[in-house]
Amino acid sequence: MEGDVVQMGAYIGAGLACTGMGGAAVGVGHVVGNFLSGALRNPSAAGGQTATMFIGIAFSEALGIFSFLVALLLMFAV
Amino acid sequence: MAEEAHGDEGGLVFHPMDQFIVKPLFGDGPVGMFTITNVTFWMAVAVLCVVALLVLGTRGRALVPSRIQSIAELAYGFVYKMVEDVAGKDGVKYFPYIMTLFMFIVFSNFLGLLPLSFTTTSHIAVTAVMAMAVFLAVTILGFVKNGAGFLSLFWISSAPLVLRPILALIEIISYFVRPVSHSIRLAGNMMAGHAVIKVFAAFAALAAIAPLSIIAITAIYALEVLVSFIQAYVFAILTCVYLKDALHPHH
Repeated sequence: MEGDVVQMGAYIGAGLACTGMGGAAVGVGHVVGNFLSGALRNPSAAGGQTATMFIGIAFSEALGIFSFLVALLLMFAV
Repeated sequence: MAEEAHGDEGGLVFHPMDQFIVKPLFGDGPVGMFTITNVTFWMAVAVLCVVALLVLGTRGRALVPSRIQSIAELAYGFVYKMVEDVAGKDGVKYFPYIMTLFMFIVFSNFLGLLPLSFTTTSHIAVTAVMAMAVFLAVTILGFVKNGAGFLSLFWISSAPLVLRPILALIEIISYFVRPVSHSIRLAGNMMAGHAVIKVFAAFAALAAIAPLSIIAITAIYALEVLVSFIQAYVFAILTCVYLKDALHPHH
């Protein structure tokens, strides 16, 4: 019985950890949206800044990946 | 772990993580330090592909490049420009290392997309070694190039004096999280994509939603092709950013 409660907690925790992915999605969308709005105002400067955009995406995406990792750990390792 | 855990289950059964099990290539023995596993095999294939593209492909040194030579030249030029733009002129000296990382990751990711193949970069053990190597190299390089001046990376002189200790703490934490996020980003992206494809593949067993599931697999596969390239690009460009920090620690 005790084991079942632990299992249940792990599954609920894994589900809750997935909400972090939504945050990462908002963050990545915000980065790219702002990049586009800036790029469309000054298209000539946009080409040189795509690398910066990808760095920004990578940093905000990392936290979403962390939440995915927590979910995986709860599902398979705990 | 996973295979013993699966008992007799009925209904819709799918195990999306089973594709990441490391198995010995020959026989059924335990996986030791020097066992030749499917990871070893696909890594070797990736290295052979890189060699075939970059060494054999450019062997002709034609003035008008053949198809394979122009692909190799494009890859070289792409990474070279990235290093030059992000890490600066003096970062170009470390271009071979970043080129090596980029080509290996690109080929591992794309080979992992072949049906029945194994994605070596989906294992944190693989990416962590690469990320730790980058982290150690960059830290040692920073201290060798700048001496104790490298520590000014954490002491932001443009911030108000009251805030500097707090910022220094945050900077130090974010510095040491680098290898973690660097490795988990790549491994997590690859693992997640392949697991999602497997989940949709399991839905294809239900006749009612099979067409929908096949369309979804096609779409996610296309996304994965994109992600494979972007993640290799992101890994390489973050290495360049870290390199720039090591060469020019002053903000």
